[in-house]
Amino acid sequence: MSDNTAEKPFRIQPGLTRDNVHFWTGGADNELSFLCCADCATIVHPPQPICPQCLSKNLAPKPVSGKATLYSYTINQQPWIPGFEPPYVIGLVEIDEDPSVRLMTNIVNCDIDKVEIGMPLQVVFEEQDDGIIFMPLFEPANG
Amino acid sequence: MAHVDNLERKAAITGIGQSDVGRRLNRDPLELTADACLQAIEDAGLTRDDIDGLCTYPGAGIAGAPGFTGGGVNEVQDMLRLKLDWVNGGMEQSGQLGSVITACAAVAAGYAKHVLCFRTVWEATAAVGGRKLDMQPLREKAAARKAQQAEVVEDKPHKKVTGSGGMGAIPRANGVQQWSLPFGAASAACWIALCAQRHFHEFGTTREALCSIAVNSRRNAGLNPKAVYRDPMTREDYFNARMISDPFCLFDCDAPADGSTAVIVSRVDAAKDMRKPVIKVESIGSAIRGRPSWDQWDDMTTMSLRDAGAMLWERTDYKPDDVDVAELYDGFSFITLAWLEALGFCGKGEAKDFLKDTSNIALEGKIPLNTHGGQLSAGRLHGYGFLHEACTQLWGEGGERQLQNFGKSAPKLAVAAAGGGPLGGCMLLSAE
Ligand SMILES: [Zn+2]
Repeated sequence: MSDNTAEKPFRIQPGLTRDNVHFWTGGADNELSFLCCADCATIVHPPQPICPQCLSKNLAPKPVSGKATLYSYTINQQPWIPGFEPPYVIGLVEIDEDPSVRLMTNIVNCDIDKVEIGMPLQVVFEEQDDGIIFMPLFEPANG
Repeated sequence: MAHVDNLERKAAITGIGQSDVGRRLNRDPLELTADACLQAIEDAGLTRDDIDGLCTYPGAGIAGAPGFTGGGVNEVQDMLRLKLDWVNGGMEQSGQLGSVITACAAVAAGYAKHVLCFRTVWEATAAVGGRKLDMQPLREKAAARKAQQAEVVEDKPHKKVTGSGGMGAIPRANGVQQWSLPFGAASAACWIALCAQRHFHEFGTTREALCSIAVNSRRNAGLNPKAVYRDPMTREDYFNARMISDPFCLFDCDAPADGSTAVIVSRVDAAKDMRKPVIKVESIGSAIRGRPSWDQWDDMTTMSLRDAGAMLWERTDYKPDDVDVAELYDGFSFITLAWLEALGFCGKGEAKDFLKDTSNIALEGKIPLNTHGGQLSAGRLHGYGFLHEACTQLWGEGGERQLQNFGKSAPKLAVAAAGGGPLGGCMLLSAE
């Protein structure tokens, strides 16, 4: 996992809360982290106070492997946010530990025309916000 | 019939109205709302005194979405001085038509006899900062006055006014937006593109299918004097357009417009002596049985439209083949494709063949689609335009684009559907 500082776009940052801080800051320790149910092991995303499976409130952040599969993607050509210049690839990835948990993200370190649904991916963190926030982006596995 | 007890059968549509529609009308959105509402009331043969219910989507004061709403129920009630037994307005419901579906329930429950439902947008004007007060003359006047005062009190140092707050601050995304905005997925175009791309992957669908929807809509818009884009468009034009978020090009995205649409939902037994024959609500679909999310929905190729469409058929003995005309939301062309499959006009994953060309969906086709030009070409009236057009066709008021001009008999059964992603609502309407 490397920090690709070379071409950082201007990103709108998440507003950090007690509930999402593990997700957005885990990259400082190279960890992609989700809220997880201690009773039935369900990964709960986005974060919420009870497990949707067993209704337990015994939830805590837990790191996953950072491996994922590309469920879908779009090559965005339209400039929506000044400083975040197209083209860029928006991906929707399924995390390996539970494919029903998806993340919208950017696919990086990959030629745009090489992106394809089903490709194996791994997380790569982009440091933002003076080292507080780490954006989970994804690159080809073993790429 | 197995479904006679369904409460929506007690509801009928008895009048419709629509303001001027256009790009950059630069008019007060409440005025557009008033135009549409008063027209609908008159169309039903009612007066303002008869209206005892008022309903809208999304209601007043949606922050950060310029031109997305043209007034809430309070403003409209006050503007028209309505005496109401029931009001409702809001965003968290089964899409735009959720408001009309709720009005059906209200009249069935006896909360009201005649509910005025409306939806107003003025996004085209708002997009260019229209109708904003020009502060410059006021600032200049204030500065001039201060300069004058400064001359009088010469010994008082003039304090320089500087900008403050937000300088250099990073914009923050909160709530559900935090999962998309940081990655540049700032528009529903990107989110729906992900759905389309997955559909392409699973079923071999191509842009040809989306092209058929866009080209068909443009042809119909050419027959609709109120449509915002009426110039002919060829398939070649479509494929030459610039890309937005693939597979969507410019012509897959609806056209921001200004306009207001209103319908009257009446209780059937209170609608005996209306100006026109009533349009009965045969069934509705409002279901969302998966996660209400743009990205966590189990099957992104269907979105929540799958459940709303299924519910509509669960509540009637009619079948998709019985439908004479379909008005299906097209915020993006793929949403129409998904509604076609959700409502069973073609099988799941079969849209690529069904939409190989426009023969199935043309005015002469198997199921005439978006006969007014949809939001892609007639303008983004945000859902209500489809309901308005369904009623227009059922009442035979479609002018040049009326189905009888295309070798069809007078339509008796229409579907209107609105919304995409986790927002979906649809109605089956019958003219007796
Ligand atoms: Zn659990």
